[in-house]
Amino acid sequence: MKAAVILFPGSNRERDVARALKKVTSHEPAIVWHAERDLPNGTDLVVLPGGFSYGDYLRCGAIAARSPIMEAVRDHAARGGLTLGICNGFQILCEAGLLPGVLMRNAGMRFICKMQYLRVENAGTRFTRGYAPGQVVKFVIAHGEGNFQAEHETIRAIEDNGQVAFRYCDANGEVDDASNPNGSENGIAGVFNERFNVLGLMPHPENVIDALVGGVEGRPLFEALAA
Amino acid sequence: MKARVTVMLKSGVLDPQGKAIEGALRSLAINDVRAVRQGKLFDIELDGEDHEAARRTLSEACERLLANTIVENYAIEIG
Repeated sequence: MKAAVILFPGSNRERDVARALKKVTSHEPAIVWHAERDLPNGTDLVVLPGGFSYGDYLRCGAIAARSPIMEAVRDHAARGGLTLGICNGFQILCEAGLLPGVLMRNAGMRFICKMQYLRVENAGTRFTRGYAPGQVVKFVIAHGEGNFQAEHETIRAIEDNGQVAFRYCDANGEVDDASNPNGSENGIAGVFNERFNVLGLMPHPENVIDALVGGVEGRPLFEALAA
Repeated sequence: MKARVTVMLKSGVLDPQGKAIEGALRSLAINDVRAVRQGKLFDIELDGEDHEAARRTLSEACERLLANTIVENYAIEIG
């Protein structure tokens, strides 16, 4: 499993995600600067990490989505290559048109940083097969703009196609307004593209790979990718 | 040639920033403010004097970068 983590100016979670990948694959992923035009030969997985690329200027992820490396990421995804965007990486994938929808300012206007329960909505993909359908997991969220919105037809299509990966919920797996931290439509925390080779999610699975700090519930995601 | 591009959230899209500003105006006792929507304004200088060409250039700029047309509208003023 050859992974490449893209580094944009203002990314700040690239080391955490590289550490998570190293832990499960025992290979150090390549860190690829955004101004590059090519991914390393034989890249199987591209990860866009969290952070504040370009200081969130214009719109979160908007400028990063137009940087040179994104052409190569687009080609990789078009070939069916696995592509994972976490937090700011999710925002970048939406801005690049590789995922549907857009991430707006949290409905409560506050930056939220806390542990958050999620329900696994589709456990039949390369990313999520390490979980059981409907399993409730606890990840970390840390974002000011994670409010997932899309046009009504798009939301319907995402729901009908099983493209919702994770939904915000409470400890019992209930999805309602009280368990929705940011106002996302239908509590959507993560979505796949139509071919299920691209996943974007606001929560941070790379934060929960070590029992000493926060738990290990993010590990199955990386293990599934490595397998 | 100078142009001004305004990008606004589409009506119906929740604008928490506008709402916060609205609340702050009320707390300053600036009354009679019914609603606030916040947007972005770009002053752009262009080469050439052809207004139609400029409009095409700016439309492309809006479609490809300045606006996210899922949730935002844009307006172009030239001159």
